[in-house]
Amino acid sequence: MTAATYGYYPGCSMRGTGIAYEESLLTLFHLLDLSLEELRDWNCCGATSYMCIDENLAFLLSARNLAIAHQSGFRELVTPCSACYLCLRKVQEYAQRYPQVAERVRESLAAASLPALNSVKVRHPLEVLFTDVELDRIRSKVVRHWHGGRVACYYGCQLVRPYGEADNVHNPTRMDQLLQAAGVPTVEFALKTKCCGGSLTGTIHPVGVRLNYILLKEAVRKGAKAIATVCPLCQYNLDAYQAEIRAETGEAFDLPILFFTQIMGWALGGDLRSLGLHRAISGRRTIDEWFPKHPGEVESYV
Amino acid sequence: MSEAGGAVRIGVYICHCGANIAATVDVKSLAASAATMPNVVVWREYKYLCSDSGQDLIRQDIPNQRLNRIVVASCSPHLHEQTFRAAVAAAGLNPFYLQMVNIREHISWVHENRMEATSKAQDLLRAAVRRVARHEALERSRIPIHPDVLVVGGGIAGIHAALTLANAGKHVYLVERQPTIGGHMAQFDKTFPTLDCAACILTPKMSAVKAHQKITLWTYSEVVQVDGYVGSYQVTVKRRTRYVREDLCTGCLECLEACLYQEGRFTDEFNAGLASRKPIYIPFPQAVPQVPVIDPEACIQFKSGKCKKTCIDACGDRHAISFQLEEKTEEIQVGSIIVATGFQVFDARRAPYYGYGVYPDVYTALEVERLVNASGPTAGEVVLRDGRIPKTVGIVHCVGSRDENTNRWCSRVCCMYSLKLAHLIKERTGAEVFNFYIDIRTPGKGFEEFYQKLLNEKVHFIRGRVAEVTDWALDPTEEGKLILRVEDTLAGLVRRIPVDMVVLSVGLEPRSDAQDVCRMFNMTCSGEGFFTERHPKLAPVNTFADGVFLAGCCQGPKDIPDTVAQAGAAAAEALVLIDSGSIETEPNTAYTDEDVCSGCKTCIPLCPYHAITFLEQEKKARINQATCKGCGTCVAACPSGSIRQHLFEDEQIFEEIEGILTYA
Repeated sequence: MTAATYGYYPGCSMRGTGIAYEESLLTLFHLLDLSLEELRDWNCCGATSYMCIDENLAFLLSARNLAIAHQSGFRELVTPCSACYLCLRKVQEYAQRYPQVAERVRESLAAASLPALNSVKVRHPLEVLFTDVELDRIRSKVVRHWHGGRVACYYGCQLVRPYGEADNVHNPTRMDQLLQAAGVPTVEFALKTKCCGGSLTGTIHPVGVRLNYILLKEAVRKGAKAIATVCPLCQYNLDAYQAEIRAETGEAFDLPILFFTQIMGWALGGDLRSLGLHRAISGRRTIDEWFPKHPGEVESYV
Repeated sequence: MSEAGGAVRIGVYICHCGANIAATVDVKSLAASAATMPNVVVWREYKYLCSDSGQDLIRQDIPNQRLNRIVVASCSPHLHEQTFRAAVAAAGLNPFYLQMVNIREHISWVHENRMEATSKAQDLLRAAVRRVARHEALERSRIPIHPDVLVVGGGIAGIHAALTLANAGKHVYLVERQPTIGGHMAQFDKTFPTLDCAACILTPKMSAVKAHQKITLWTYSEVVQVDGYVGSYQVTVKRRTRYVREDLCTGCLECLEACLYQEGRFTDEFNAGLASRKPIYIPFPQAVPQVPVIDPEACIQFKSGKCKKTCIDACGDRHAISFQLEEKTEEIQVGSIIVATGFQVFDARRAPYYGYGVYPDVYTALEVERLVNASGPTAGEVVLRDGRIPKTVGIVHCVGSRDENTNRWCSRVCCMYSLKLAHLIKERTGAEVFNFYIDIRTPGKGFEEFYQKLLNEKVHFIRGRVAEVTDWALDPTEEGKLILRVEDTLAGLVRRIPVDMVVLSVGLEPRSDAQDVCRMFNMTCSGEGFFTERHPKLAPVNTFADGVFLAGCCQGPKDIPDTVAQAGAAAAEALVLIDSGSIETEPNTAYTDEDVCSGCKTCIPLCPYHAITFLEQEKKARINQATCKGCGTCVAACPSGSIRQHLFEDEQIFEEIEGILTYA
């Protein structure tokens, strides 16, 4: 089978707080014969912080990435971060719907000697894995059998809303289906598309942290021993503030917050060192228990 | 009739319509210009031409001035064409020698400049004068009306329409898809706002239908084909078999007792899936007809052929049950049709944020109707699926109504049935009941008073659209409850209200096969699928198909009183047709010149009224003059020009065009 090649737009998180996401994503795609080719000279997607200050300028940032993707001959551009995914899709939508946005984008791209905005298909790894790789193929590739606990699949707000292309807007289930195909039991998680607080954990801290508290509490209540995410910001928020939440509420949360690619990558036999599991902050003990080192894998990933 | 043969002598009559026309069009100079137009021998202007004295001018001029063509320049022909045709005919001239020019809607009401308006009026008048010279005498034909009526759908609308017609002595075929008549109303316990028992008022009418000499009742049956036209419809009805012969069954129901299944095992549709039935069943105790149905999908005999057939033994020498019975097709002839196919309730799964199908204690209102019904699955007890009696109940209004994401229209009945259910639930359980509403709409007789009564009963009303129904609990008081998250727009707060039971007040929508039904009866329907009436105010039960009338929710959501009123109106319209014995048709129909027709069949699929048949022997198209509505589609499409249309002949239209384009 020849490897399918997708353009790959990492976005800033993959080189920062979400580095474990990129490590596990590349490993998993490699295991499934999918190849990602990184976009040359990419820049910020213009997400939340920029978008709320100057929407038009933020659009130009995303438009530049899409123009380079087109110039590089990519017909599909995969981006793992939900915020990047939404920004890229949003500029495409807005340019189509509002002539003044289209005009501004056209002028700016022309000034940078870049091709006009085009139909590069923006895709998220969750949807790529679900549609381009069949669940049966994933089942057939499972080499490690899960002995950990049940996992709550948390999709966050930006992946499915508003466009609903990566999964169902109200009740996304693709991560659940993928993890189940990889042999991992999941729980029914009513808060799967609720807010993680986003950048509120930095700006209006108590509000942001409370939203994470609600997510953690409900996941535990439903019997989950870990939460799987598709977004680097969700993962970071849920992972980073558990100590603070423990101190404030007296409730003993210590849940691993994993990228779905880490769990799938492990089940499909990815090298432990290449899954970024050592980068987690919370739930360290559980992670050690669930992802034990195997004979021959001498080097600790912790 | 008169003197079409001799020289054309045209009379032109220009109406002031008070100031409506005269204020913008210079009627005097318009009349003067008429004098210069070809063949015009009389020209007059008058204040109100439609008045008796106005019409008299025309009536007198025709014999006195030997006129043989008349042009009236006034309002839209929609308003007064019939008036002036009648005036022309009264003077002994064929009424189709009249041509009207609309100088009001097309000119005075849409123009401001008097000179331009007058000049345009002259152009249109000249066009009419040139056209009318080419007119020919035409005859109207009459179609006899078959006195029998088909009523499609046996809900309260169909029942009421059928009884009204039958009581007037007309023969009615009532066709119902389900095994029993009664429709949705039979599923309800009480009716708002009077809280009278739905069964008590409905079942006598159901029995009356069954007993009526003039009604042929076909349940478990469907109309599958409709041919013909007003006065003479040929209808094909498919009658599914119940495997129990209606003529032999006495309704003793011993077969139900005898069935090998001791308990029901299959989804009971009548009870909205809240109960189970046996393979042989009647939908509910007062079902009409009182004849059981065998569901072949469930029956052991049909599935394996190895049943002891205890039902047949129980039936004994009545021999009503037979597994060999087959579906039948009936062909009937009727003159008019009343469509009363009803509605379906919104599928609550389409609003996934309300948790229907996810949380067992989320119910639709129709399910709760069955719960509160004494003949329902719980004998009228309001209990949750696990047997608990709810202490708190939340009723969510406008589920699948007034919503951009699902259905945009207001379903009209939900506010009132929500209030009714709130009352009944509180009465039966003493529960605390919350209504979550956008607006409370109580515009019927006694409705607002009922709302006041509910307020006095201490039912809570929270104004806000519920965001979601969820089971995530923030504190111990919420554990095990369903939580409604809602913005209380009166208090200005986002609230979480924990309840034991959620009732979704689902809206009304067209049946999923409404488009097919619409095509079958040649009606039109709105984008959402409700059948459209001919005029929203003045022809509310007529459709664009002559002789096809509407009643009930298939036309749009409505409550029982409105449905019954509309059903009565539909029956009255059908009676008008029947008692007049025949109707006159307009002669502006299309016809083929069969010498020129090449038999290409281009026209046949284009006709919206199925009026064109292909004569296989002669290889020609022929247009049924009774069905043709004169839309002209086939005329324009015919590649050989062999289809022509009365009153729209080529030479008439060319004269009209030249009249407009002539530089005066």
